[in-house]
Amino acid sequence: MAKAVKICLAGEGGQGVQSVAEIIADAANAEGREALYIPNFGVEQRGGVSIAYLQIADQPIGAPKFDKADILVALSDRAVRRCKQYVDENTVYVYDASIEGVEDDLPKEGEAKKVLAIPALEISKNELHPRVFNILIMGAVIGATGVIPVDAAKAAIEKKLGYKFEQNPQLRELNFKAIDRGIELMK
Amino acid sequence: MSVSPQPAMPKSWRVESKPHKFCPGCGHGLVLKCLGEAIDELGIQDRVVFGCDIGCSLLSWDFFNCDSVQTHHGRTTPVMTGIKRANPDLICIAYMGDGGGYAIGVGGIVNAAARNEKVTVILANNTVYAMTGGQMSPCTMPGQKVETAPYGRDPEATGMPTQGPEMIAAITGDGAYVARGTTANLKQLKSYIKKALQTQMEGKGFSFVEALAACPTNWRTNAEKTWAFVEKEMPQYYKVGEKKNPFEAKKEAQQNG
Amino acid sequence: MSEKPITGEKRAFMTGNEVVAWAALAAGADIMYGYPITPQNEIMHYWTRQIPKYGRKFLQTEDELSAGFTTVGGVLAGLRAFTATAGPGNTLMQEPMSMAEMMRLPTVTIVQQRGGPSTATVIYSQQEVTLTTMGGNGEGLRIVYSPSNHQELFDYTIKAFNTAWKYRFPTFVLGDGYQAKMRESVTLYDPAERGIEMVPTEKYVGKPGTPGVDRDPGHYRNTYNTEEELFEVLQKHFADYEKMAPEVVEYAQEAVEDADLVIVAHGVVFRGVRDAVKELRAEGLKVGYFRPITLRPFPAEQLKAVANKAKKLLIAESAQGQLARLIKDAIYGASAEIVPMFRPGVGITTEQIVAKVKEAL
Repeated sequence: MAKAVKICLAGEGGQGVQSVAEIIADAANAEGREALYIPNFGVEQRGGVSIAYLQIADQPIGAPKFDKADILVALSDRAVRRCKQYVDENTVYVYDASIEGVEDDLPKEGEAKKVLAIPALEISKNELHPRVFNILIMGAVIGATGVIPVDAAKAAIEKKLGYKFEQNPQLRELNFKAIDRGIELMK
Repeated sequence: MSVSPQPAMPKSWRVESKPHKFCPGCGHGLVLKCLGEAIDELGIQDRVVFGCDIGCSLLSWDFFNCDSVQTHHGRTTPVMTGIKRANPDLICIAYMGDGGGYAIGVGGIVNAAARNEKVTVILANNTVYAMTGGQMSPCTMPGQKVETAPYGRDPEATGMPTQGPEMIAAITGDGAYVARGTTANLKQLKSYIKKALQTQMEGKGFSFVEALAACPTNWRTNAEKTWAFVEKEMPQYYKVGEKKNPFEAKKEAQQNG
Repeated sequence: MSEKPITGEKRAFMTGNEVVAWAALAAGADIMYGYPITPQNEIMHYWTRQIPKYGRKFLQTEDELSAGFTTVGGVLAGLRAFTATAGPGNTLMQEPMSMAEMMRLPTVTIVQQRGGPSTATVIYSQQEVTLTTMGGNGEGLRIVYSPSNHQELFDYTIKAFNTAWKYRFPTFVLGDGYQAKMRESVTLYDPAERGIEMVPTEKYVGKPGTPGVDRDPGHYRNTYNTEEELFEVLQKHFADYEKMAPEVVEYAQEAVEDADLVIVAHGVVFRGVRDAVKELRAEGLKVGYFRPITLRPFPAEQLKAVANKAKKLLIAESAQGQLARLIKDAIYGASAEIVPMFRPGVGITTEQIVAKVKEAL
């Protein structure tokens, strides 16, 4: 039995981890796959770290949350500390290269399958636009997991932001570029 | 028991449940007589849903030849609100005492009033929790001796009695009808109850009538003292009269216009 | 009559709270009364967004007492009325629902369990099992469904209205914060198109004719004067409940025939159990599952048969033994040893169940 791919995205409020998870889940569902996405919410999320738990599979998905992630993306120092519990030797660990002061909290040699620092914040600021930071992260997740084809991701973005693209077609280009660039980061 | 209706018995009363279960001298029978006559005169017996609370008011659960629901303590206003929202053609009457209305059920009454729910609340104020044996209620008068204030109600320790109609008048919107009547003046009380029901029938707003009522059993008073308390002492603090009247407001507007 | 909310089969991807709102629309629910509490809020949000199109109603009350008692009023008026709550709200909800038990009012209540006791967390638990099955000062004269995924949440919300109106007992759909907030796929449908007939409602008050003239008045009470009077009324309720139970009880079981160990779980925890059993069987271990779908009435005989064959029953729940109490009561005298896996207020994953089973075998 092929197991579900388990993805954990964590960041500060406003970094858009929830919308990334939602778009990927939507895209997987549209592809006819099973997806389950659950955010943390309420008191836990307010003033805390925003965490999205996402699973994608070809059969009905089990428990909504999981012990260990196949891929974990941490986008702030607090997210790095909060999400230690989801990492084991099978986890691909991705964090933003600009996060400071977390050396002791990152997985050590052998504690994760792979640890990758990606300059997502910097690229989105300098090459693209800060507003597509989360789409860049989405690209990174797709690049690392292959859970959905890039076309499906783009279709899902179109579905969610199409009304904005109508007014400003450049925005579409920017978003799609961010996806591609994110995937590239994981190559 | 088979009893034939007395001439004075309102048509909407249920003969089979008479004589009623209230104590001799109790005010409930008088309030319910005014209500029965008002229902008769307005011709709404087929549309009335009568809700009664816990406390002595529950004894009226089979009092009328109207659909009736006996609810929990303080919950009659929300039950009647729920019925009214579901079927606005019905005339929903919530009947309760001062404990049910101003203490345990005050959240329900205040919010129904604030929403201007199109229901009618009739509240018998007899200054005690009567069914449970005469404890202090929100309307116990200063100095009045009751089971849980055996030396008399001390406003310093327990606050002043609740002024219900004044409170309801302050929080209801336009169209609401609010009055305080007394079982010492049944003609007036009936006219208040009638106007309250008309307010609901015309969909104007929340309608509320408090009725000063006697409880000789728990007051431990004879007939003379009972009437002195209802007629003289209670109205000194609880001012009888209309607090809010949408029909008057309309008349005034017409006169001014 | 307004247009139908759903025509044809629609695969959707949405939160459980949204699923409940659509199910209530599809079931022909007429009115919702509610008070905000996490994690059920979005049921009200989605309901209020959809209802103008379909001529349904909503009232936001001042607390759960009033939410429950107005729901009682809606049912008395003959409408399919429902409410939704959680946690401390469910505590308050027990008062109106006990009145519904005594008066045999078919209210429908959706409960999205959160952590307890007290305000605790807004997130998740299975700690409202005792409250929802046996709450109030009474005898648990109610029906409680425990769905485990969005499809069941949709199916059983529709079913709850029918069970309630058929048997006239207050009916609950016991979800949880995970089911409320997570998104997964679900197929929405119109019950009629699947041959599901909605049980007609009936007015308790406001029937045609003048009471006392054309018909008897409806006089409904929950207070009785004597011990004997109450006893007699209750005997009738119990007899009705017992007669109903075999028609309403639902459960699922798999791989229990030769099982050394049977895992018992309900609701969202069952998801992990189902996968764990698959995994463990693939490893050659003799493990099965039993899942009560109705927690009240409880599939007692069926579980007892299992408990007389298996060596061990592993009870997995996100509470400190609330399901276990229902089970122990049901299987009293059976031979299986009970192995607890109690994780109050936190989720239980497949991995944890697999590990626990291996430890217990």
